[in-house]
Amino acid sequence: MTGLQVVFLLIGAVTLASAVMVVAAKRVMHAALWLILALVGVAAAYATLEASFFAVMQVAVYVGAIAILIIFAAMLTRRSMEDDPARLNKGWPAALLAAGGLLAGLVYLFSRWTGFSSPARALPEGGENIAALGLALTAPEGFLVPFEVASLLLVAAMIGAIYVAGDLRK
Amino acid sequence: MIPLSWYLIFAACLFCIGLFGVLARKNAVTILMGIELMLNAVNINLLAFWRYLWAPKADGQVFVAIVIVAAAAEAAVGLALIISAYRRRQTVNANEMDMLKG
Amino acid sequence: MTTESLIWLLPLPPLAAFLLIVLFTNRSKALSHSLALAGAGTAWLGSMIVFFRAVGQHDLAENPIHISFNWLPMVDEWFKMGVMIDPAGAVTLFFVAWTVLMIFIYSVGYHNFGQPKGDHDRPGLPPHGATVGDKKHAHKVPSVEPMYSRFFALISLFAFAMFLLVVSDNLLLFYIAWEIMGFCSYALIGFWYGKESARNAGVKAFLTTRVGDVFMLLGIVGLYSATGSLNFHEVLGNPDTLAKLAAADSGVLGLSLAGLLGILLFIGTVGKSAQFPLHVWLPDAMEGPTPVSAMIHAAAMVSAGVFLAVRTFPLVSAGRVGEELTSAMMVMAFIGAFTALFASTIALAQNDIKRVLAYSTIAQLGYMIAALGVGAYVAAVFHLVTHAFFKALLFLGSGSVIHGMEHGVLHTGEKIDPQDMYNMGGLKDKMPVTFWTFVAGGLALSGFPLVTAGFWSKDEILTGAFGGHHWWVFGTLAVSALLTAFYTMRQITLTFLGKPRTKSAEHASENKTVMVGPLVVLAVFAVGAGWAGIPEKFPLLGGLIPNWFGEFVGSMLHEEAHHAESIVPLLTSLVVSLGGLYLGYMVYRDVKQGSPDPLARMGFLYKVFKYKYGIDELYHDVFIRPAVWISEVFTYRWIDKGLLDGIIEGIGKVALTLGRLVRNYIDIPLWNEGMTDGVGGGVRRTGDALRPVQSGRVQMYMVLAVLLVLVASVLFLFFAA
Repeated sequence: MTGLQVVFLLIGAVTLASAVMVVAAKRVMHAALWLILALVGVAAAYATLEASFFAVMQVAVYVGAIAILIIFAAMLTRRSMEDDPARLNKGWPAALLAAGGLLAGLVYLFSRWTGFSSPARALPEGGENIAALGLALTAPEGFLVPFEVASLLLVAAMIGAIYVAGDLRK
Repeated sequence: MIPLSWYLIFAACLFCIGLFGVLARKNAVTILMGIELMLNAVNINLLAFWRYLWAPKADGQVFVAIVIVAAAAEAAVGLALIISAYRRRQTVNANEMDMLKG
Repeated sequence: MTTESLIWLLPLPPLAAFLLIVLFTNRSKALSHSLALAGAGTAWLGSMIVFFRAVGQHDLAENPIHISFNWLPMVDEWFKMGVMIDPAGAVTLFFVAWTVLMIFIYSVGYHNFGQPKGDHDRPGLPPHGATVGDKKHAHKVPSVEPMYSRFFALISLFAFAMFLLVVSDNLLLFYIAWEIMGFCSYALIGFWYGKESARNAGVKAFLTTRVGDVFMLLGIVGLYSATGSLNFHEVLGNPDTLAKLAAADSGVLGLSLAGLLGILLFIGTVGKSAQFPLHVWLPDAMEGPTPVSAMIHAAAMVSAGVFLAVRTFPLVSAGRVGEELTSAMMVMAFIGAFTALFASTIALAQNDIKRVLAYSTIAQLGYMIAALGVGAYVAAVFHLVTHAFFKALLFLGSGSVIHGMEHGVLHTGEKIDPQDMYNMGGLKDKMPVTFWTFVAGGLALSGFPLVTAGFWSKDEILTGAFGGHHWWVFGTLAVSALLTAFYTMRQITLTFLGKPRTKSAEHASENKTVMVGPLVVLAVFAVGAGWAGIPEKFPLLGGLIPNWFGEFVGSMLHEEAHHAESIVPLLTSLVVSLGGLYLGYMVYRDVKQGSPDPLARMGFLYKVFKYKYGIDELYHDVFIRPAVWISEVFTYRWIDKGLLDGIIEGIGKVALTLGRLVRNYIDIPLWNEGMTDGVGGGVRRTGDALRPVQSGRVQMYMVLAVLLVLVASVLFLFFAA
């Protein structure tokens, strides 16, 4: 077992454990903090894939922005759930069955797939890889239109969020 | 070198944990956290497949970028909806958000 | 600017106008209509430039002006999005640009811009009029539309969709534009949503066209999976692909693959162009404001349907040998000819001025479809163009008449329907411009010989049907043309000639220039557009003006169209048009106030026409009532309330009873509160746990969905592997 594999197993264990805590934590605030750890773990997994750009993006967007947003939402709505001790709904066994069944099905499918032997592709040295991504996102023959549409989507989501969350009646 | 299957199983576990959170948690904010976990699992898959089957072409990464954008938009709108619902009904319990019931 | 990039930009000004109005200027009526007019005007200017550049290019059919970009990566190549102008697209662009611009200008006047706000006007209802002047001299005048800006925003979006549809180079973009238009028609037909009839009409139009759209989508998917491309020029302009499709067997009713796909796409046309049996939405669409009626029935919606049929004609006619019709063409010819006759007879017995025009639209569209069905491609496109001009003119003219009548109604305070032709009469002197333009349009519709555009295009269709020896199509269309001339004259006579039959008609007045101006422009086209396509072999006149249209659009076809020479179709069209007009005038020239329709003497037949063959009632009984019954009684009352709730509540009740029994007879006496939470409680909890199945809770549904998908995939793997 190489060092990288050990590192990956460690990352995976930490990430999955914090993910479990996210769905199992009693208090929403704790769940949010565990979520941050899980997201950092995913960023580390990106790093092991040599997708350094996305590792940074993961920290900036998820840990930096989305997690903070979720913490704010958790704090703003904290009062409502305090008198309800049960954190799971009544149908949780069925949910467990569904999620577990899906996992079992996926693992079964993986066990029949033979494409795992392919080794990782070679990546060019230096920043070439990120430069190629940048070009793909901005070149007209690449993904310029989806990229622009995505930015439009963000603006629309921003306006929509302000509209929905803001109390316009006042 | 880490085998591709490790990433896939890791992502599958993360996805199913997130799915359980979405399906079973009462609090709408936690449900949203579950969705974020699921989206992250998808991204791990996309990046792993890109790394092992597609690099150095950049196409696979573009999907990840788009998914992150969509996730950000989804989180913003979703949380806004939760806060709006909370303001009106004083609850974030998904079980009580059944106004659309016939 | 190159022509290619100009074509790209064509649909954008109306879209920009829509966005700007919706987001910024919706509080200012003047700014909103200026934006909409600027958008339509820019698109018009661009269209004219593109049109004349396209005309100047010789091999346009083989090498259409075309530009595209990579849109979606598919397995081994890109799905391309792009724009294209070929001869059929160019002439369509021409009439769309003109009619759209005229309708926009007309709308300013129709919605009473510059008039005071109404006394009791509310958004969602037509304006009721405002009182002006002091108390002594108070009188009522028309009031401005409360949702003026909204109207211009929606109609701009409509125009955007139409332009996009015309320039699109593939069926997917075409379909997107088609559906945007479907939404706009829904929103505009139901524009006065305060009226229940308008709401219902909007829903009806949306749902009826949706039936056709589903089949059209099937056709698109089928075409893509068969050829790997949706590009018009690549697929439909490629003889090899067409031959391959025509040779392949589809396995459905013995049709070839090309025939099946052609028919599926044609069903989309049937919905959009209101052909039998999906024609029911179009007459009801008259609930919208009149400019919308003109937009739907002339410039955009129904033309889009025929345009699709024109575009897919190579597919329908693939595998054709000589004059013989393919089965898909037979279907088109039959539906078209039948619709033409069927709708014409209904139009005979309608009294609402707009409804007559609505049924006449259905009939004329039937004409075009029948023309395509018998292979008279050029004639169909020609009639599409001329019809767009004269039908837009007629609709706007009828709107002008109604507007004038409303003026009279406000003045006299009578409680009458300003759209009923029996309340009109003698409007010739009150509204001269409207009268003369309406006559021009009406004569074009009835095919008045030599002068009007309608004559030339109808004559070509009849020649096409006659030349191919399709006697039944020829006969049906000839009878329908006779009826058309008859009811057109009936309309003109009842509305404009004779003496006023009500006080309101006496006080009707001509409208402002902004309304009658577009009428004059359209009248010029309604008369003149036909001269571009006079056949060379026409007696005396033929060859004086070159048959530019026939050459330009005819170049789209790979084989030459050849007509058998005969004087019969010409004589027929002369006789039916003049005869119909004469009969119409003789029958209706002195209808008095309150007297019944002279045709009512036909008795039963008249009633059948008047009540539209009962198709609406039939659909209501066959489709709507069962659907309502299934959802209301079967699903809701029986399954939901009776069965499911019964089971769940039954379980709960049984559990309760059981629990009570257990508690009273076993628990308390035997264990004496030893098992407080015993069997009864357990069963009751089961009952409670089952209840959420029908709870309206999202998470429960999601769990069920995931489990179902799991079960389905397990089954699939088990049986497929």
